[in-house]
Amino acid sequence: MNRLLIRKFTNGVAVSLAVIATLIGLFCLGAILWTLLKNGLSGVSLAVFTKMTPPPGEAGGLLNAIFGSLVMTVLGIAIGAPVGILAGTYLAEYGRHSRISSVIRFINDVLLSAPSIIIGLFVYELIVVRMGHFSALAGGVALAMISIPLMVRTTEDMLRLVSQGMKDASTALGAHPWRTIVGVVYPAARSGIVTGLLLAVARLSGETAPLLFTALNNQFWSSNLNAPMANLPVVIFQFALSPYKEWQQLAWTGALLITLTILLLSIVARVTVSVLQSGGTGR
Amino acid sequence: MAAVIETRHVARQRLGERLFHAATLLAALLVLALLGGVLIALIHGAWPALATFKFAFLTSEIWNPVTEKFGALAPVYGTLVTSLIAMLIAVPLSFGIAMFLTQMAPAWLKRPVGVAVELLAAVPSIIFGIWGLFVLAPILQRHVQPWLIAHLGTLPGIGPLFQGPPYGIGILTASVVLSIMVLPFITAVMRDVIDTVPDVLKESAYGLGATKWEVIWNVIVPHSRTGMVGGVMLGLGRALGETMAVTFVIGNAHRVTASLLAPGTTISASIANEFTEAVGDLYTSSLVGLGVLLFLITFSVIAAARFMLMRMDRRALSSL
Repeated sequence: MNRLLIRKFTNGVAVSLAVIATLIGLFCLGAILWTLLKNGLSGVSLAVFTKMTPPPGEAGGLLNAIFGSLVMTVLGIAIGAPVGILAGTYLAEYGRHSRISSVIRFINDVLLSAPSIIIGLFVYELIVVRMGHFSALAGGVALAMISIPLMVRTTEDMLRLVSQGMKDASTALGAHPWRTIVGVVYPAARSGIVTGLLLAVARLSGETAPLLFTALNNQFWSSNLNAPMANLPVVIFQFALSPYKEWQQLAWTGALLITLTILLLSIVARVTVSVLQSGGTGR
Repeated sequence: MAAVIETRHVARQRLGERLFHAATLLAALLVLALLGGVLIALIHGAWPALATFKFAFLTSEIWNPVTEKFGALAPVYGTLVTSLIAMLIAVPLSFGIAMFLTQMAPAWLKRPVGVAVELLAAVPSIIFGIWGLFVLAPILQRHVQPWLIAHLGTLPGIGPLFQGPPYGIGILTASVVLSIMVLPFITAVMRDVIDTVPDVLKESAYGLGATKWEVIWNVIVPHSRTGMVGGVMLGLGRALGETMAVTFVIGNAHRVTASLLAPGTTISASIANEFTEAVGDLYTSSLVGLGVLLFLITFSVIAAARFMLMRMDRRALSSL
């Protein structure tokens, strides 16, 4: 009887600890979001979206930084997505069972969790040193290298969901493999690939470390890919650590903007996935 | 005539096939080239520093841009210690959350809590940094660190870990921020791993009268141990390489101190803080040298983690 009590007691303690752990996790998310809303919302105004980043001690906005972030994210996706989708196609279709594929899969998984600052250093050595100056192009390339492993992984996973029967039907009609992939497999996996794209955009828009020494920063408006370009993450980094009140306020507002964008993208992607899984196309 | 068009069509299809196949293969090989390229470019960039300092680069604590003497001991030490403490905090919490999500939560709670944890993973690291600096650090400085100094700082053995003034920023604060950041990653892997445990095993244990905790500890944990360790290593890999969040709260001091409350630095924080301001080839090269060390440390940890998770996948497949 005593033994049963001890067992029940141990179980109770374990269950309560698990609940407490969950509450701590939720509390952290809540605390971060609350801080962002509290400090960021008060700074949201039209000026944020219409004015440039100000010199120290003056009011201003984040227009050039928002623009720069958009440009470099688009650039990163424009380079990274085709490469990632093609490589994912190889892993899922042509090289599904080949030996080199399992090596590539492994390396890709390693790259997926690799520290992004290393990618920044790599692009610095590769492009910035050679060109002799920081540039938005280098920033875009760095972001592309971060998006490639993401796109490879989601593309392969999504293509594998496409039913063999559909592919066989296409082959039976005399289509070459590439016609089957482009005409049957891609359309069937479209929403899955789009989800992967959304998640990649979400990830890229918050990346700071790879931009620090590739795109650097720019206090002014610039649309020149061959010159340093402002971007939200680096502006937040610089402004938050500054002693100026106006800069710190802009940093909080920028942080709120980035976080809301990313959370929105993640939620949209998640909804797409759940629609997919509950009887959408492909399965 | 029709036959000519037909063969032309077939020839075009063949050409398309060859081009498309080649394009996908090329893209896949690019992934391999990416990893190789990173290693080569970094070693090339770090060569001046590595050739100058040789082995002392690893063992020297001195980091002096004026005399151009650079040693990586302090950042390496800071990287390892912050990640280790972060793991000590994050692993039990992740285990608890994973257990709650898979074994205890009522069905209506599973999804919202699971999504919330995943959203925590989506928050970019710079947000953790700014939050850690302006919210967490003051709280630790005012409420937690004085208590640690008063109560643990006087103990024999572990006392030196908790001595000195409460700076707020420092090794301990960085570790706490890191632990919150890696928590969702470890939780996600653990949850997936636990889901591979066959229901039959759990139900048999419950049928024998086991409590929830006994099922967890005696059935689920032994069955998914490799995958769980893989998840922990994956989290460790993230913690080791995490940059922005740490840069905000570590204090950037190139010192090796016993106290966890003192400012320190990590490899990634040193690079992020100093790279654009580094004057002179040797300084820049030494920072890239730090990057090489980070590459070697994180990639071996992540590779080990992926290897374990791969083995788990295969076993899960073969048991189906």
